[in-house]
Amino acid sequence: MGILDDAFLKSLWVFHLATGSCNNCDIEILDCLTPRHDIERFGMLLTGSIKHADVLLVTGAVNRQCIPRIKRLYEQMPQPRLVVAIGECALSRGVFIHSYNCPLPLDHVIPVDVYIPGCPPRPEAIIAGLVKLIDQRKAQTGQAKV
Amino acid sequence: MPRTIVPIGPYHPLQEEPEFFILTVEGETVVDIDLQIGYNHRGIEKLSERKTYDQVTFVVERVCGICSTSHPFAYTQAVEDLISVEAPPRAKFIRTIIAEGERLHSHLLWLGLAGHFLGYNTIFMWAWKLREEILDVMEILSGNRNNYAMFKVGGVWRDIQAQDIPQVLKKIESIIPTLEKLKKAVIDDPVLHARTKGIGILSKEAAIDYGAVGPTARASGVDRDIRKNCPYGAYDQIDWDMIVTQNGDVFDKVVIRINEMFESIKIIQQCLARLPQGPIDCVIKDIPPGEGIGHIEAPRGECFHYVRSDGTNRPVRHKIRAPTFMNLPTFKETVIGGTISDAAIVLAAIDPCYCCTERMAVRNRKGQTLWTGEDLIRLSQEKTAQIKTQMGQS
Repeated sequence: MGILDDAFLKSLWVFHLATGSCNNCDIEILDCLTPRHDIERFGMLLTGSIKHADVLLVTGAVNRQCIPRIKRLYEQMPQPRLVVAIGECALSRGVFIHSYNCPLPLDHVIPVDVYIPGCPPRPEAIIAGLVKLIDQRKAQTGQAKV
Repeated sequence: MPRTIVPIGPYHPLQEEPEFFILTVEGETVVDIDLQIGYNHRGIEKLSERKTYDQVTFVVERVCGICSTSHPFAYTQAVEDLISVEAPPRAKFIRTIIAEGERLHSHLLWLGLAGHFLGYNTIFMWAWKLREEILDVMEILSGNRNNYAMFKVGGVWRDIQAQDIPQVLKKIESIIPTLEKLKKAVIDDPVLHARTKGIGILSKEAAIDYGAVGPTARASGVDRDIRKNCPYGAYDQIDWDMIVTQNGDVFDKVVIRINEMFESIKIIQQCLARLPQGPIDCVIKDIPPGEGIGHIEAPRGECFHYVRSDGTNRPVRHKIRAPTFMNLPTFKETVIGGTISDAAIVLAAIDPCYCCTERMAVRNRKGQTLWTGEDLIRLSQEKTAQIKTQMGQS
C-alpha cells in the first residue's frame, strides 16, 4: 500500500459524462450530491474537468458521435483511474439495443470497473456501487474496508 | 473590434447534457450563436417502428427522463385518436395527477439549476431537497421515482389506492410552506433582480414568429397553454389558472415557473379529492389503419406526437416534436446583443432539454463539405474574378 493508494481513496473526485442518455441517470447523480443523499460525506465531489477527476461516471447508450469523445476523455484522465457505468443503457444499451445509432455497449469502448444497473438506478444504488468500488480497490491494495 | 469564438461544450461543466454552442463575441458582447446537437441521438422514432403499440409507451418514456410522463401521455393520446377511443374518467384523473407531479419536479429541478448558474447554490440545494418530497409522492403513486410506467393505450397500468390518498395529500400540503419561502427568496432578492430583469428579452412578436411554446411563450405574453386551449385529461373539469406575464425576460420565466408550481399543487389536490370511481382502462381489440395526433402541455411546452398505422400491431411512422425544438431558435433573439456572462442563464432560461429534441438530428458529414455564408460569397467572388480574366478584363 503506497501513499498514492491511501490518498486516492480518501476523496474520489468524479467527472460525469452523458453519452446519449435520457437525463434520468444524470439527475439521479445530481440527486446524490444534494442534501438528502449528500455523497460528499464520502469525500466525493463533482468536478468540471476530466484532468482533476479520479472516477469517470458514464451514463447513456453510447452513441456514434460520442464514441471517439469517450476514448479521448479516458485517455486524458490521470492515473490511477476508475470507470463506473451507471444505468441500464451504459451497461447493455437497455431499450436502445436495436437502435442504429448505438453500436456498442460501454465496456467495448473503454474498460469498466463497476456496473450499476437500473433504469434509472436509485441514488442509494449509486452510493452502494461507489462504496463497493472503494472496497474493491482497498482489497486490492490491502487496506481495511469502509 | 476583433471577433472571438467561444466554444461551450460538448462536455462542459455548465451543462448536464452534451451539446455544443459556438458563441461569437466582440469584446463582451455576443454577436452570433450557433448550435450543434446530435450527442444524444438514439433513433427513437425508428426504434418505435419495430415495437408493438404497448411497447412504444415504454420507449417514449425514455426519450427524456424529466419529461417521462409527457411523451407517453402525448403518444397514448395519439393512438387513442387513431382508434377513436377515450380513456375512462378515472384514468384521465390519474393521468392528470401524474402529469402535474412531473411538472412540479421538473420546475423545481430547473429552478435549482438556474440558481446554480447564477451562483446561488443555496437555491440549488433547497430546490432539489424539496424535489425529493415530490419524488416520494410519485413513488407512492406509481412505485417509481422517475420513469413512472403508468401510461397505456386506453388507460393507465396502475390504480391509485384509496389508502394512499391521505398520505399523498399530507405530503403535498407540507410542500407549500417551503415553496412559499423559496418563492420569496427568489422573487424578492435584489441581486437576482439585477441579474435576471431585462436580460434575454423575447418580445411577444418574436415569440410568435419563432413559434415558441410553453413557459417561454407565456412569459412573453402569448396566452397559449394546451391544457386550456385544447383540454385533455381532466383539465377541463378542474379549476386552475393559466399564468401569463408580459416582459419576456429571464425574471418573468422564473416567475411563470414558480407560479405554475402552485397551480400544479392546486390541480393535484382537486384531482385527488374528486377522483371518480370506475375502471382504469378500456379493452382495445385491434388498431385500424389510419393516423392520429396527440398533443399535451409538457413542463417545457407543447409536446406533439403523430402515429400512423397500417393495421398491423406496430406503428409504421411515429413522429415526435418536443417543446425544446421550438424554443431553441429563440436564442437568436435573446442571447445576441447580451453580454457573455449573461449567456449561461439566458441559454438555461428556456429550460432546454436536448435529449427530447434530438429525435431528428441526424447529419452525415462524411465526404461532405459544409458551406457557410462567407464561403459562398468567396466562391461567387472567385467565379467573377475567373470570368473577368477569361474575358480579358483585369
